[in-house]
Amino acid sequence: MSFFKPKGSFIENLPRIYGLYTGGFLIFVLLMALLEQMGVSADTIGILFVAFTIFIYAAIGWLSRTMQVEAYYVAGRQVPPVFNGMATAADWMSGASFVAMAGGIYMGGHAYLAFVVGWTGGYVLVAVLMAPYLRKFGCYTVPDFIGTRYGGNTARLLAVLVLVIASFTYVTAQINATGTIAARALQIPFEVGVWFGLLGILLCSMLGGMRAVTWTQVAQYIVLIIAYLVPVFWMSNVQGFGLFPQLAYGDAVTRIGELETAVGLGTLQAVAAPADFPGLKALAVAHNAPGDGMAAWKFVTLAACMMLGTASLPHILMRYFTTKSVRAARNSVAWSLFFIFLLYFTAPALATFTKLQILDPNLATSVIGKSVESVMALEWIQKWNEVKMLAISDANGDGIVQLNEFFMRADIVVLATPEIAGLPYVISGLVAAGGMAAAMSTADGLLLAIANALSHDLYYKIIDPKAETKKRLIVARVLLIVIGAAGALVASMKLTGILGAVAWAFCFAMSGLFFPLVLGVWWKRANRAGAIAGMAIGLGTGTWYLYMVKWAGMEPWIGLDHLRFGIVGAAASLVSMVVVTLLTKAPDAETQAMVDEVRIPKGDTVLGAH
Amino acid sequence: MSDNQQREAHWNKTRNLMIIHLVIWFVFAFVVHWFAKDLNSSTFIGFPLGYYMASQGSLLAFVIQLFVFVKQQDKIDRQFGMAEDDDA
Repeated sequence: MSFFKPKGSFIENLPRIYGLYTGGFLIFVLLMALLEQMGVSADTIGILFVAFTIFIYAAIGWLSRTMQVEAYYVAGRQVPPVFNGMATAADWMSGASFVAMAGGIYMGGHAYLAFVVGWTGGYVLVAVLMAPYLRKFGCYTVPDFIGTRYGGNTARLLAVLVLVIASFTYVTAQINATGTIAARALQIPFEVGVWFGLLGILLCSMLGGMRAVTWTQVAQYIVLIIAYLVPVFWMSNVQGFGLFPQLAYGDAVTRIGELETAVGLGTLQAVAAPADFPGLKALAVAHNAPGDGMAAWKFVTLAACMMLGTASLPHILMRYFTTKSVRAARNSVAWSLFFIFLLYFTAPALATFTKLQILDPNLATSVIGKSVESVMALEWIQKWNEVKMLAISDANGDGIVQLNEFFMRADIVVLATPEIAGLPYVISGLVAAGGMAAAMSTADGLLLAIANALSHDLYYKIIDPKAETKKRLIVARVLLIVIGAAGALVASMKLTGILGAVAWAFCFAMSGLFFPLVLGVWWKRANRAGAIAGMAIGLGTGTWYLYMVKWAGMEPWIGLDHLRFGIVGAAASLVSMVVVTLLTKAPDAETQAMVDEVRIPKGDTVLGAH
Repeated sequence: MSDNQQREAHWNKTRNLMIIHLVIWFVFAFVVHWFAKDLNSSTFIGFPLGYYMASQGSLLAFVIQLFVFVKQQDKIDRQFGMAEDDDA
């Protein structure tokens, strides 16, 4: 790849470079399919998939190395909107989106779709309220905006604190996911897999900062979207659901509703999962049964947390600092959402197909209602049973698998689907590479957000403003390694599940940052004291509420459980910020002029010509 | 108009556009899902409507909305001479 060519020609050549890359990747997939036909073992193909893709990302990271501040922090502010959209989509879609989302919908039904709605709708807030204005501001990091708009080190430090708490919670879940996939594909212990995953992540980001992360994320998006869509399209055509599965599964949703009644969902007595198989669940929630009242409230509050969290997560916002102009930043948000949409509107289709295959007695793949003996003879059942992610327990001893006797981990839906449908192993290898790309790209963005905030806002802006460029960039890299290692250490302790940690990260971010960011642009009167109160009280209240509900046994207020604590935190943040702002004096004329400047696209950035 | 008046008019239009888009967003993000149970009694291209909105309909609305928003905001910026140069 021609990363050494002059600036202009590299950017102009992007479509060609990534076109070649995509073609090369498809040829690699075909080559693997060929190897499989020649009798190469499934394990070897899995290893080749993961190793080859990581090698490519590392090579891009190496070619993008830089010692310039502008390139390191904001990729030289020249990333075209469509490519930044792809990079953001990869940055955004984590191991949780790729691996766990379809499984969550499979187990949780309609209620789980709140994540799908929330994780897309948040981009409307990003585009309308935030991204273009932050781009005009010309900052390197999100705390840089808070620190300059409101002035003073306290505001900056608080923003750094919220960023670190939210992003670190998130990144441990991602390193956990890379470790899980690396461990499975490369057949190494999980604890080793975590460190191996971290090594891959650091190779992508350390030498080139934002520039390297941008170009690897584009490459990772291409791998992950191919890996997600190919199996679904293939399966849909093999099983006769039609050419374009996303539009054709309406009948399947209705059919599942009938089958659920037939197999006794909701009337069967719950059976305990085998004790030595942790985390397994039997299907107990209807696929499409939205409730009203409390159930509807839970749906919209979860969606609201995910949306406000999206618009406050620094690793996403900072992607829009890399575009050439304000217009390009805005445009880029729309493209990001489009690329995210491609995966998110496919996940419910995947969950529906998989469920139908397991439930429908007319399909050869069905499991429920078959004899235990014939089900245990299926290859995919045996394989997942061996690794303790799936189990059958014939509780009533009638020799037939009932719905309440079939247990699996939700996470395996995406990974096991190609096997359920009987697709060749090469597809499973592709899916593993896709999951790895999703987890790595998000971890990259998060680690960089944390390290950049600490090196730019804490070290350069507060501790040593006279530090020379070289020293700043070395500090940034040392921090990247230290934080990555801390993340891997926490991940290897397996403290929380992937989904719980992800939802918390969103709630932390919205509790502390949403209103100080929005009001910084949209309310000229907002001042330093207000922002400090908003961040401190928002984060403090949110954290207190999480602790009380999750560990101290407090009854949640109106159904706001630990996944939704951001609602409480953000409300406290808004009220305290408005009240304190109105009680203290308006910001000075200089600050107000700065806000005026942020509101129009034309002219130099507020922080100086970039 | 003076520069200040231009800026003020530009910001007024920008703010109105923001409000319009947040209303649309609110409808697709919350209102339709609040009534998911009722919507499920109708069907759309073979889907129960409540399920369709949560799995595709709202998502599609957000995507279309953003591409329209980009065009509208750019038009406002140009109308008041607040847009960046085209090669920027």
